[in-house]
Amino acid sequence: MADEVVLLDFWPSMFGMRVRIALAEKGIKYEYKDEDLRNKSPLLLEMNPIHKKIPVLIHNGKPVCESLIIVQYIDEVWKDRCPLLPIDPYQRAHSRFWADFVDKKVIEVLMKISTTKGEEKEAGKMEFFEIFKILEGELGDKPYFGGGTFGFVDLSLIPYYSWFYAIETIGELNIEAECPKIVAWAKKCLQKETVAKTLPDQKKVYEYVEQMRKKFGND
Amino acid sequence: MAKNDVKLLGVWASPFVMRARISLNIKSVNYEFLEETVGSKSELLLQSNPVHKKVPVLIHGDKPICESLVIVQYIDEVWTSGPSILSTDHYDRAIQRFWAAYLDDKWFPAMRRIRGAQGEERQELVDQVVEGLALLEEAFGKYSKGKAFFGGDQIGFIDIAFGSLLGWLRVTEKLGEVKLLDEAKTPGLVKWAESFCADTAVKSVMPETEKLIEFSKLLMAKMKGAPPPKN
Repeated sequence: MADEVVLLDFWPSMFGMRVRIALAEKGIKYEYKDEDLRNKSPLLLEMNPIHKKIPVLIHNGKPVCESLIIVQYIDEVWKDRCPLLPIDPYQRAHSRFWADFVDKKVIEVLMKISTTKGEEKEAGKMEFFEIFKILEGELGDKPYFGGGTFGFVDLSLIPYYSWFYAIETIGELNIEAECPKIVAWAKKCLQKETVAKTLPDQKKVYEYVEQMRKKFGND
Repeated sequence: MAKNDVKLLGVWASPFVMRARISLNIKSVNYEFLEETVGSKSELLLQSNPVHKKVPVLIHGDKPICESLVIVQYIDEVWTSGPSILSTDHYDRAIQRFWAAYLDDKWFPAMRRIRGAQGEERQELVDQVVEGLALLEEAFGKYSKGKAFFGGDQIGFIDIAFGSLLGWLRVTEKLGEVKLLDEAKTPGLVKWAESFCADTAVKSVMPETEKLIEFSKLLMAKMKGAPPPKN
């Protein structure tokens, strides 16, 4: 029986992008469904009743939720090609730790920068650079966080690159000036077809973010 | 590298540390427990977890592993001769990870905030926590298939993630004067909690509620800047 794979997603979502990259890396054919988050489909509400969020991977009718959980699921099911996590348990733990760090820290600080003003916003900007400098430290001189090859941690972080123009414009910061290694790493990732085809254009993301900010009165 | 060169940095009251201890017990791994002093961080902790500076940290040989759920999965993957903590089925593993993430990202943070909250905010938090327990009761019914644990006959990933939080749940109920785990609403979970706490891998590392209550009072007092209570 052929695998039936459906992805419920929303095009600017960094979490959705992680799953799209993973599916592309593994060469898995799937049906992509873009959700209107202001008007969530009955399918989304049925498949993710607890969080009601995208992305949701539906594999042969069964839903898997939470982007990093979905990526690990994809890696384990389609294990015959292109491993995303290392085989060695310590290296796997190391990858999970850093993907978890990205999850715990990055989105929160982005929210802070884009929804606050004045002193709070300045504090958010400092925090942003602190977090990315820690990530630069972890990257070191390696081409990828995964070492010689693109892996789990790279995949968990690279989608944020499509939001950099929006962050820099709204946050009034220059990421390349403060974190040149991260930007260089991101450009290297973009040389991969799977990443280049998945990440939306930075200006398009900025337009979307501005639309949302106007709607919710953040500007 | 000797497999029995295992150290765990932790504190007795931490539910996250308990997860690591339960997992090591399930696998019958001998380890040295290095208790951190509350209020100060040892050199070893700062060296082994420079990013978060938190317990638990598992040190296997000379390699540190941090973050409780990462540690539990590591233990499961390294000590393969003991019983499995995560399912061997890929889909079931995804479900187990989902519930552990739900507990850590949503349920426990809401529960922790109950004691410090008041009025409407407090009621909202209590409602969230009770709603979460109803979801967990449903999940328990589905995954236990009539057996004692979420993992079936034996303690598994969800049992460890959730069971480790029971001590602090009881503290919140006692000091917050609120009933959260209700036999009338979630009978399955009440029974499960008894089985979990009685399990040999858990018994020796589950702190007594009274001790946690004292500890919690001390912490709250410290946070408010008042001298600790004398009782």
